[in-house]
Amino acid sequence: MQRIGVFVCHCGTNIASTVDVRVVAENLKSEPGVVFSAEYQYMCSEAGQKLIIDAIKEHNLGGIVVCSCSPRMHEATFRKTAAAAGLNPYMVEIANIREQCSWIHKDKITATQKAIVLGRAAIAKVNLNAPLKAGETPVTKRALVIGGGIAGIQTALDIAEAGFPVDIVEKNPTIGGKMTQIDKTFPTLDCAACILTPKMVDCAQNENIKIYSYSEVDAVTGFVGNFTVRIRRKARYVKEDICTGCGLCTEKCPQKKVPDEFNLGLSNRRAIYIPFAQAVPKVATIDPDYCTMLKSGKCGVCSKVCGVKAIDYTQKDEFVEEKYGAIVVATGFNPISVDKYDEFSYSKSADVVTSLEYERLMNAAGPTSGTLLRPSDLTHPKTIVFVQCVGSRCNDERGKSYCSKICCMYTAKHAMLTREKYPDTDVYVFYIDVRTPGKGFDEFYRRAVEEYGVHYIKGMVGKVIPHADGKLEVQAADLIANEQIIVNADMVVLAAAIEPDKSARSIGTMLTASMDTNDFFTEAHPKLRPVESPTAGIFLSGACQGPKDIPETVAQASAAAAKVIGVLAKNTLKGNPCVAHSDEQMCNGCSQCEKVCPYGAITYVEKEYRNFDRTTIVRRVAQVNEAVCQGCGACTVTCPSGAMDLKGFSTKQIMAEVDAICK
Amino acid sequence: MQVNETNKEFRPQIVAFCCNWCSYAGADLAGTNRLSYPADVKIIRVPCSCRINPMFVLKAFGRGADGVIICGCHPGDCHYTSGNYFARRRMTLLFSMLDYLGIEKERTRLEWVSAAEGQKFAETMNSFVETVTKLGPNKRLEDIRCKRS
Repeated sequence: MQRIGVFVCHCGTNIASTVDVRVVAENLKSEPGVVFSAEYQYMCSEAGQKLIIDAIKEHNLGGIVVCSCSPRMHEATFRKTAAAAGLNPYMVEIANIREQCSWIHKDKITATQKAIVLGRAAIAKVNLNAPLKAGETPVTKRALVIGGGIAGIQTALDIAEAGFPVDIVEKNPTIGGKMTQIDKTFPTLDCAACILTPKMVDCAQNENIKIYSYSEVDAVTGFVGNFTVRIRRKARYVKEDICTGCGLCTEKCPQKKVPDEFNLGLSNRRAIYIPFAQAVPKVATIDPDYCTMLKSGKCGVCSKVCGVKAIDYTQKDEFVEEKYGAIVVATGFNPISVDKYDEFSYSKSADVVTSLEYERLMNAAGPTSGTLLRPSDLTHPKTIVFVQCVGSRCNDERGKSYCSKICCMYTAKHAMLTREKYPDTDVYVFYIDVRTPGKGFDEFYRRAVEEYGVHYIKGMVGKVIPHADGKLEVQAADLIANEQIIVNADMVVLAAAIEPDKSARSIGTMLTASMDTNDFFTEAHPKLRPVESPTAGIFLSGACQGPKDIPETVAQASAAAAKVIGVLAKNTLKGNPCVAHSDEQMCNGCSQCEKVCPYGAITYVEKEYRNFDRTTIVRRVAQVNEAVCQGCGACTVTCPSGAMDLKGFSTKQIMAEVDAICK
Repeated sequence: MQVNETNKEFRPQIVAFCCNWCSYAGADLAGTNRLSYPADVKIIRVPCSCRINPMFVLKAFGRGADGVIICGCHPGDCHYTSGNYFARRRMTLLFSMLDYLGIEKERTRLEWVSAAEGQKFAETMNSFVETVTKLGPNKRLEDIRCKRS
């Protein structure tokens, strides 16, 4: 039996407020093998770790149990602590009394009882732990960035700058993401295209960066240092390496009525298209949903006009398999659909637009060449109403409970730009609160009010009624004057909440990366590990983790890159020592384990054994290649003789845990 | 009246086996989001659902557990590519055999919970505890030598 020490953490009040830590520590002290038990406010702090180290040395502990947060959070920390005291790091077990106890229970008595049981199970397990030594695995020195928006671009550039090859997978025909659609950026009002497109070109020209545009991640296997990713390159029906991007085909294509997603349907494009002039790669793509040649076999105009013969109607989706050491998720965001908000008449009137549509209407490269015109009759709007928090901070099922963070600032920007370009326009902004934390942000908002004379009114818009004369009657409440007001507007702009991209969930599932209830990726630690996913080797960049503006996105993108470089700079990573092990004396050579092993880690060898009667026999026994085994344990259950066992999760250990829990 | 009272007092003993990569993370997420489920559920972490030996389930029932739930990654999402399929086959067999032995099939459950499904984890545990509570204590496989006092 081991000499066991138990350390119960208060986690400030996170654990201590619902679990009586003193009672837990006292109760666990009487468990078999326990020679020392203590509680401390923050076990993971330096003082807490010192307490553990001192106890190990003083009481000559052979195993320790830390009752604290999830092992996914601090198991590694406490293993290092044990190693610092000269104890094998795998003689540490964690009882998860925070995520799986104190945070989900309210009643102090039941929570304390459960914490004792969980501690008891961990003690029972650590009693049977054996010292383990981790092997080392080589690191594939290549990174994958999923998503080619500003977050993905910045991450890729930073990784490439450090000298490591990096691939970007972008689902759209071009990289650039949402930022390409934006006209000007707050608070400096510099042109988005002017600061983004050089970065896109840098990506294309950097020899360390490979761009898989119009591609999606199809499957991911492996683990940190050794991911294998299958990338689906969607058929664009244009040979990417031959197309020069001259754009002749996009002028001649007879299919003219395709809503242009780059302009959010405010204009039309052809069935063969280049999303915008600065696209990277600048290659045409055929939209199979609209191309008559692909649908009915009649047309072929683009193929005839193409000077370099780049059109290939027979192209099929291709699959590329590549190995990576680390993966960065940069899947970004989308504004929510405002169709559900009947009261704002978005689907009834063309003059009710979302903020991103307004952005396109203001953009020099947009459908109106930067002249602000009403979509319905192409006249100059004289009165514009901006409605904030459409779907943000909203508790019904139509919207999102969180603050979308960027809307206050871009609405101030829109209002300011509108007043600057068209001083005769009346601009109203209806808001719940104006939230402008950030460098130069509040000054920016105050300038909109004070210098540009934008009418900010605290209150929500109740209804927008489109009239036959083209006016939009906006009924709203002014909460400060405490009165109902009506504004007859020419245009209404809705600041729609933002949500994670639709692809995020399937990617999160493939990567086994945690997500919250809103489908934003969760970070390993909200304060201290903000750019890492709890899954090792997966990093987060940009708005896939939560609403963010461009400066924050770029900061996080560079942070993620630094973390990736940290992984790729290592030649080897410490492997998982919790691997399968075969007891050759018990193995009967049946080969069952070999069949279930997904990694081919088990081989059979012929070995000579001495019998009791001093004769020699040759037996066929299983052997595990510890460098290849990932420790799933499939073989341990399939083994009929019980020869296979998993280190760190042995049959005896788990049985002991079951015993302790059901006692 | 008396029956009702004993029913009220009965709290089931539930053992949940969770795979390290999906379901255990899902349970953590339920905790982070403060989604509560009964304290009767005690989680045992295993690397993969395929590590769960049918013996563990039998042991749990033998030691007086009233329900055993096994959580793994969704089909196709296993960290080890195929472990959850093994678990599904083994547990389907085991659960039907247990049903034959008199351990109602409502006392055993196999559920896929991903690392992103904290909500689903809490909901699953709530419904499982409710089902098992309705069934009452498990006596069928309980080893009387280790009866709970």
